[in-house]
Amino acid sequence: MKLVIAIIQPHRLDQVKEELYKEEVNLITVSEVLGHGRQKGVTEVYRGFKETGNLLRKIRLEIAVNDNFVEQTIKAITKGAQTGKTGDGKIFVLSMEQCVRIRTGERGGTAIG
Amino acid sequence: MKTALAIALVILLTAAIGVCETTASGEASSLTSQKPAIDTSDTAWVLMSAAFVMLMTPGLAFFYGGLVRRKNMLSILMQCFIVLAVLSVQWVLIGYSLSFSPGNGFIGGLKWFGLNGVGFEPYPAYSATIPHQAFMIFQAMFAVITPALIIGAFAERMKFSAFLIFTLLWATFVYDPVAHMVWGVGGWLKNLGVLDFAGGTVVHINAGIAALVTAIIVGKRKGYCHNPTPPHNLPFSVLGAALLWFGWFGFNAGSALSANAVATNAFVVTNTAGAIAALTWAFLDWKLSGRPTMLGTISGAIAGLAAITPAAGYVGIWAALIIGIVASIFCFVAVSFVKRAFHYDDSLDAFGIHGISGFWGVIATGLFATKLINPAGANGLLAGNARQFFIQLAAAAATLVYAFVGTFIIYKLVDVFVGVRVVDEEEAMGLDLTQHNERAYTMLE
Repeated sequence: MKLVIAIIQPHRLDQVKEELYKEEVNLITVSEVLGHGRQKGVTEVYRGFKETGNLLRKIRLEIAVNDNFVEQTIKAITKGAQTGKTGDGKIFVLSMEQCVRIRTGERGGTAIG
Repeated sequence: MKTALAIALVILLTAAIGVCETTASGEASSLTSQKPAIDTSDTAWVLMSAAFVMLMTPGLAFFYGGLVRRKNMLSILMQCFIVLAVLSVQWVLIGYSLSFSPGNGFIGGLKWFGLNGVGFEPYPAYSATIPHQAFMIFQAMFAVITPALIIGAFAERMKFSAFLIFTLLWATFVYDPVAHMVWGVGGWLKNLGVLDFAGGTVVHINAGIAALVTAIIVGKRKGYCHNPTPPHNLPFSVLGAALLWFGWFGFNAGSALSANAVATNAFVVTNTAGAIAALTWAFLDWKLSGRPTMLGTISGAIAGLAAITPAAGYVGIWAALIIGIVASIFCFVAVSFVKRAFHYDDSLDAFGIHGISGFWGVIATGLFATKLINPAGANGLLAGNARQFFIQLAAAAATLVYAFVGTFIIYKLVDVFVGVRVVDEEEAMGLDLTQHNERAYTMLE
């Protein structure tokens, strides 16, 4: 079991979701986060004061998958989120120890799908 | 014969009654021409205008509130709202008397304490066609918004208790005397002939200088300069600015105290100056910072509206356009460069926008005023009356000095007795939680 964490551009969320559904990956948690990578943030101006290095809005996805779904998930996220420009984001894959479905108490791989 | 006599008698009697009636009505009409009559349109307009100006204080609350961090939103709304409550009471008890009852050159007396003698007959020295209390309640709204303007200078770091005491003292010992000097019967600046249609000195310079003084002595917010704080909700500020613009029609056009040509002129030049100033700031932003900003545009509008305030009853649209453009340029320089150069934290630019525009407006009135617009006014420098220009300068300087000294003393008194600034931990947690035990926004439902 793996936990896939992806940081993507907010405006690509719909495309990423579409690609994930095509690969039958349905378990997804989305949150709004702030951060920046190589773009070094954004400049904002308030009454003539320039502020550089402000954090940018990003979307963070958390997707738990069984090992045989990892590649499809990565492919789907990449396909949906890629624009070719700086700031497209990152995908992190972590190994996951346990998964429990709260409703039934099922554990492991069957609890994910 | 008897019948003829009777008829003659009846005719005589009728004639006599007729004469009596004519004399009586003649007396009545001469009475009404001596005693000023209430004009219902004027009264309606002034009462409406008072309501317009009342709305400016909550409008200001949203203008300022949007600019602070989310943890201090309620503190701003609360400070503005409580000013509305406190000053409304202060005004009817003592404020109106100190400001407007006949007194010496500096302050009115206590003759009108508790509105004693301020009734529903007109008081011709101020307004001959509306009930005296209509004038009083219109002026009440000016007394409310002026201390509220200062809030922008010490936002996010003043103790609420200290704020209440400071505001009450400031209104009583700074606002009321300045209002008397400029507008009250016997006021020395009024007697000097200063033109201040709706409050360039009384409201904007007065509050602007108080803002500068308090910003400097209360000190910077923690982390200021290394970490300027972006507005937490600009849409609120835009809503607030729109309400201010709306209320300003009551503020300026209402100051004609009559539904007449002067009011119409004030309405038109107010709108014109606000509009051109908003445009000017937007273009300055575009040129100097790369993009026209929403905050810059509303800041410009407020600068233009404040600048036209003292001039609104005395200038036409060409002067209004110049006043608006120059107001935005001055204020832009003040908040973007001067404030940075001198490192004071006038957090929401109460001085940088209201104070600077106030000075410019009062001086501009001395430049552009013309009797062609308002025969009851005076000519300014450009109409060949240099004296008026110097009177305006003197009034601006006098207000500056009085507001500076008065604010300083009151601030220090409050600081000694209750302490003005919240402790560092409270500032870090935010005033909403530490001063009011509330928060503006929940994180979870």
